[in-house]
Amino acid sequence: MTSTNRAAQLTLQADDQIHITREFDAPRHLVYRACTTPDLVRQWWGGQRGVVTSVEIDLRVGGRWRYVMTANEGFEVAFHGEFRELVPNERTVTTEVFEMPGVPPEQLPATLNTVTFVEAGGRTTMTVLVQCPSPDVRDAIIASGMEGGMNESYDALEQVARGLA
Amino acid sequence: MARAATTTDAFNAVAEPRRRQILDLLAQGELPVTELVERLGLAQPVVSKHLRVLREVGAVSVREDGRQRLYRVDGRALKPIFDWVSGYEALWSQRLDALEAVVTRLKEQEERR
Repeated sequence: MTSTNRAAQLTLQADDQIHITREFDAPRHLVYRACTTPDLVRQWWGGQRGVVTSVEIDLRVGGRWRYVMTANEGFEVAFHGEFRELVPNERTVTTEVFEMPGVPPEQLPATLNTVTFVEAGGRTTMTVLVQCPSPDVRDAIIASGMEGGMNESYDALEQVARGLA
Repeated sequence: MARAATTTDAFNAVAEPRRRQILDLLAQGELPVTELVERLGLAQPVVSKHLRVLREVGAVSVREDGRQRLYRVDGRALKPIFDWVSGYEALWSQRLDALEAVVTRLKEQEERR
């Protein structure tokens, strides 16, 4: 492992899972806060893909969350789900559904997302495990990230290569 | 994305945890099967079977070196996988870069107090 370890690393360890890890130079309660506070989520969740227009978080087990983003291309995308488990500063488990216009939510496949925050020496490793109901759903999720991404960065390719190989 | 049968599909070949371990080891350099057996703590037939699957999808190649057969990673077969995931990976990289900016700001605020 090299020291240029800042970028997110994505690995596919099983055919129905996605793992993403990233290290932050900050204690974990701050990373947790940034992931669970609406005003803060609004600032990062869109990446460079669009503007986040709405973030609702009912931070309790059984509570709902919903994020809406207007993509750079002009269309709106929304995701929602429910909190299944919350260990403050350590771990969240949520369901996540991508809302498709015209399709009843109960017919859409939900993933189960486990986010863990592990602190060592003042630095925090955040791991996102996306558990999909089937390999097909996993493939569809990854394919959905392809738009605009293909020519984006060979750095990204290298990171993925490092994760896979 | 269409999938072929397990053993001919690079995606599935790489999804198996033991085969990923083998690729991890071979990514550091060529190794004979005996060395893989020792490092993985697995029986030789098991390692050989995984190597066969990896060779069938082109993820690993082999060459003769005296009495030894040396295995190494062949990146060409893995490139379609890298290409496929790179867009999604880039999305998360951007997202987590933005998260880092937020976290850094929080840290500075906390340190100022």
